[in-house]
Amino acid sequence: MNRRACLIALAGLPLTRALAATEPAAESSNHEVVFDAVLPGRTLVFPGDEGAHPGFRTEWWYVTGWLTLPDGSPLGFQVTFFRVRTGIGEDNPSAFAPRQLILAHAAIADPRLGRLRHDQRAARVGFGRAGYATEGARVWLGDWSFEQTGERYEARVNADDFAYTLALVPDGPPMLNGDEGFSLKAPDQGNASYYYSRPQLQVEGSLTLDGHRKTVTGHAWMDHEWSSAYIPEGAEGWDWVGLNLDDGGAIMAFQMRKPDGEALWASATLRSPDGRTEALSPEQIAFTPVREWRSPRTGIDYPVEWRLRLGTRQFILRPLMDDQELESRRSTGTIYWEGAVRLLEAGREIGRGYLEMTGYGEKIQVG
Amino acid sequence: MRLAPVFLGSLARRRAATLFSFVAILLGIALGMAVHAVNQAALAEFGRGMRTMAGTADLQVVGPRGGFDERLYAVLAARSELAQASPVLEVRTERIGGTDALRILGVDLFAMGAVTPALIPRPRKIADRSDRDARFAVLAEDSLFLSASAQTALGVAPGDRLRVYAGSQPLELWVAGDLPGAPDDRQLAVMDIAAVQKQFSRLGQLTRIDLRLASGVDERAARTALDPLLPAGVLLEAPEAAVDQAANLSRAYRVNLTMLAAIALVTGGFLVFSAQALSVVRRHTELAFLRAIGLARRQLFLWLLTEGALVGLVGGIAGVALGHGIALGLLKLLGGDLGAGFFAGLSPTLRFDPWASTVYVLLGVGAGVAGAWFPAREAAAVAPAQALKSNDDSTLSSGRGFPMLGLAMLAASLPACFIPPIQGLPIGGYLAIACLLAGGVMLLPTLASMLARAVPLRGPVPVRLAAARLAAAPGQSVIAATGVLASVALVAAMAIMVGSFRDSVDVWLGQILPADLYLRAGRARSSLLDEGLQSRLADVPGVARVQFTRHESLRLKPGQAPVALLARPVSPNGRELPLVGSARPAATGETGIWISEAMRDLYGWRPGDRVMLPLAGVEEPVQVAGVWRDYARQGGSIMMDLADYRRLTGDVSVQDAAIWLTPGADGTRVGKALKALGGPGALEVAFSGEIRARSLSIFDRTFAVTYVLEAAAILIGLAGVAASFAALTAARRREFGMLRHLGLTRRQIGTMLALEGILTAGVGILGGIAVGGAISLVLIEVVNRQSFHWSMDLHVPWGALVWFASMLLALAGLAAVLAGRQAMREDAILAVREDW
Repeated sequence: MNRRACLIALAGLPLTRALAATEPAAESSNHEVVFDAVLPGRTLVFPGDEGAHPGFRTEWWYVTGWLTLPDGSPLGFQVTFFRVRTGIGEDNPSAFAPRQLILAHAAIADPRLGRLRHDQRAARVGFGRAGYATEGARVWLGDWSFEQTGERYEARVNADDFAYTLALVPDGPPMLNGDEGFSLKAPDQGNASYYYSRPQLQVEGSLTLDGHRKTVTGHAWMDHEWSSAYIPEGAEGWDWVGLNLDDGGAIMAFQMRKPDGEALWASATLRSPDGRTEALSPEQIAFTPVREWRSPRTGIDYPVEWRLRLGTRQFILRPLMDDQELESRRSTGTIYWEGAVRLLEAGREIGRGYLEMTGYGEKIQVG
Repeated sequence: MRLAPVFLGSLARRRAATLFSFVAILLGIALGMAVHAVNQAALAEFGRGMRTMAGTADLQVVGPRGGFDERLYAVLAARSELAQASPVLEVRTERIGGTDALRILGVDLFAMGAVTPALIPRPRKIADRSDRDARFAVLAEDSLFLSASAQTALGVAPGDRLRVYAGSQPLELWVAGDLPGAPDDRQLAVMDIAAVQKQFSRLGQLTRIDLRLASGVDERAARTALDPLLPAGVLLEAPEAAVDQAANLSRAYRVNLTMLAAIALVTGGFLVFSAQALSVVRRHTELAFLRAIGLARRQLFLWLLTEGALVGLVGGIAGVALGHGIALGLLKLLGGDLGAGFFAGLSPTLRFDPWASTVYVLLGVGAGVAGAWFPAREAAAVAPAQALKSNDDSTLSSGRGFPMLGLAMLAASLPACFIPPIQGLPIGGYLAIACLLAGGVMLLPTLASMLARAVPLRGPVPVRLAAARLAAAPGQSVIAATGVLASVALVAAMAIMVGSFRDSVDVWLGQILPADLYLRAGRARSSLLDEGLQSRLADVPGVARVQFTRHESLRLKPGQAPVALLARPVSPNGRELPLVGSARPAATGETGIWISEAMRDLYGWRPGDRVMLPLAGVEEPVQVAGVWRDYARQGGSIMMDLADYRRLTGDVSVQDAAIWLTPGADGTRVGKALKALGGPGALEVAFSGEIRARSLSIFDRTFAVTYVLEAAAILIGLAGVAASFAALTAARRREFGMLRHLGLTRRQIGTMLALEGILTAGVGILGGIAVGGAISLVLIEVVNRQSFHWSMDLHVPWGALVWFASMLLALAGLAAVLAGRQAMREDAILAVREDW
């Protein structure tokens, strides 16, 4: 199968947050297309804002989490749906007009395999093949889907060598990141997104691996973010974590990294078990690499273990397994690390979540 | 005892005869090989192109050329039987200001990957374009991805602009990259499907959907499930079907050429026969001696066969080499279809096929062995004692031939003509031709003696001697004459057939192009004249009347090539059409259609039949009103009245306009005014005379190969005369010596030889023209009808035939003199004494 072959031509189309968010520095030639802007002061309304915002350039629903197999062994999983407004064919009456694209990516981190299984798809919106809803979370691509029914989400993935159907139930209202959902990506207000998270999702469902169908349970995290101007100039890559704490709390933190490894910008949201959230300012956040792992495939060094300082608290991030690199040079040309991590505080595991690191190899290939 | 020098050395001693036999076999093999190699190259290239196009598709949804409703894609894509459905919209266009045709495939990049990976475009980073532009270049409305050879052919590189026609409007695209999986197709370009739909005004339409079946679903199950979903005229085809259809279309043409080459080869066999027969006669003492000193009869036979086989082998090997050379030249000059138009746009490369080459070498050996068989058997049968004693060279065949068998063969050719085609091939026709040739050869001795008796025994001595010889020893002359007969028969048959065909095409063009001017929207087939333009055409001063034609192609049956549909004004009795047989106008309330002869033969439709036509996705009942002659579309065509077409489809667009001028109007000026209605270069206007001339030149190009074969046949025939006389005169040295003794001058002997040559060739030519005439009838009435479904009116090019016959006679006389010169030069006394 070479479904991925079709993505060669779309090298650089977003399959990570970082790529989805990559901006051209120069003006696009599609001058007539005006993307909606992310402005401070807008109040996010639910469930309306769970749906798509097609006026913006990029948008994603990003689900990550830990699953437990019937024998108790852990697995990481990830499924993402990206919506991309291309700015192309806005006035083309053709039903194939590629105004909006849906891209989907799914992965399973299985410590017994020692590396990731992953698969990806892309399609233009139309003909019922791929699409999204604007009034609630519903996005699909063929038989892959992410859908909201009441307070419950359902993710369906049918990849080449794995498949899963998971029900995800939140424990409370959405967690608004940044300033009530207005999330800056740089010191100035030019790069920002609307961004909320659904931490502590209770997961139930089934997973098919190597033709064996198993019942799974677990905890997951969903990010929904949309923007028209995301990654600031001068950012080489980024590091992001979404962590469910055992006490019911949650942590979201990310930093934009300069080529020298220094943070250009950072942001974090802390939710305490009682539901109160606290947004941290950049100087309260520090990502410090602890241990590097070198990929045998690409030779890239990833800081797979981190020290994370949030305000006064000190955490350690430790991966479920070292090799959670996504290497798709032959298809999208994208190389990054995204995987399941444990959160430790004072040497004790206090939560689990996902870590995403981009921009560690050659600068991400675009185009 | 080493016998090789004795036998094979004899070939070297009679160089001329050996050379001619060799050349004949060489030509026969070379032509057959060339036709085969060219066709294989073309088919291989066509197949490769199709595989690139179809990729890994298990099935393809195909429909009329105009396309079908895109909603079918949504229906199919949702089916669980399918793993992937990849929609394609193909348009043909050409570069503005050039004649470079382009085939643009509008594809959905996201759906095609798994099905046709070879067509995936590769964007090239363009310096002054932003990253995001480069990233979305594959989707952009103005970017075009060109195969590497198309870039070369058009002289453009990524980043360049390219202006093409979109309908009658110019469209500017930029070359955004290439197609790494399909570098060789010179006309191939890929764009985003939405861009093609918009830019070429084909919204809502697809021309193809490539399907990949889900695992566990077989083709039959998929067909059962999907067939009911398809609208009328839209079919599921296996991707190989197109290759098969092309192979089928070109097969009859190729087989016909191969048959011509086979006739050349048979002629070569005749030459070996005549050379061997005479050589055996000359060597009868030598052979008898060999037998006497212990060479077994069987060994002698085998050695004599080996002589023929060696000539055949060398001729075969050289023929295969020459054939590949000819094929290379033909591919360069005429293209993969030898000019017949089956594989337009391909640039096939010649490949050496060891198996086919071996077969052709073996055919050469076979021709040599077959030619040597009869003389070898005769020589081996002779009792050595008797042969040693006798110096008589009349052991050669009795000379009366097999008249009864010959008559039987001629008679057998008649029923053979009634054998229906087998797999589209006119096997019966070929059988009839073989019977005619064989019958003619068998009757030739009878003809020769009749002719000799008819020649009056008067006049100068050399004339009487020549006539007497033909009458007395027809056997030897007949051998020379058989070669002439075979080649003349071939040439006469082809000349009559091609002459009739060309004459019929000429008349047909007159009927089919009645107007003064013809206008079409560009050269691209998908270009249309919209309604506004249609009405503006009629308003141009000098235009008396305008008639429009809509071209469409319909899929009537899976596995069959598409059928052309022409909608233009047709009167109810079809009087303006080149009808075959009588018309049976449709009953009132019925829609009449006029079918070509190919439709009648391929689909079995007859005038009066009610049939269904898939028009605009709906099966419409129509009635066959008559059959018309269509030399342009071998796969079949249907003509219907434009008003009926518009009523049934609601489609008012057209591609062509036929324009009649008002009396006294200046055609050139009106043509310019008409052209000015479209964008620059968008409309093309031609006088009917130009179209006619162009069509006839295409026709001549198609038959160029047959002219090559005819020339080869003439050469072979002359070679036959020369070879026979070279051998004969060598054997008759004693006779010439005797004649010189009796007082004849060399000049007189030369005249005698020339006359003998002319008489012998005359017998062959007479027989050949008779047989050739009969063969041409078979070609016209059986072979062409069954292969191409074309009828034609007999038209014998008498002048050309007479000219050809006289030339051949003169050349035969010359050949005889030249061949005999060596014998005449010898000292007479010596020659007479030689055998005493």
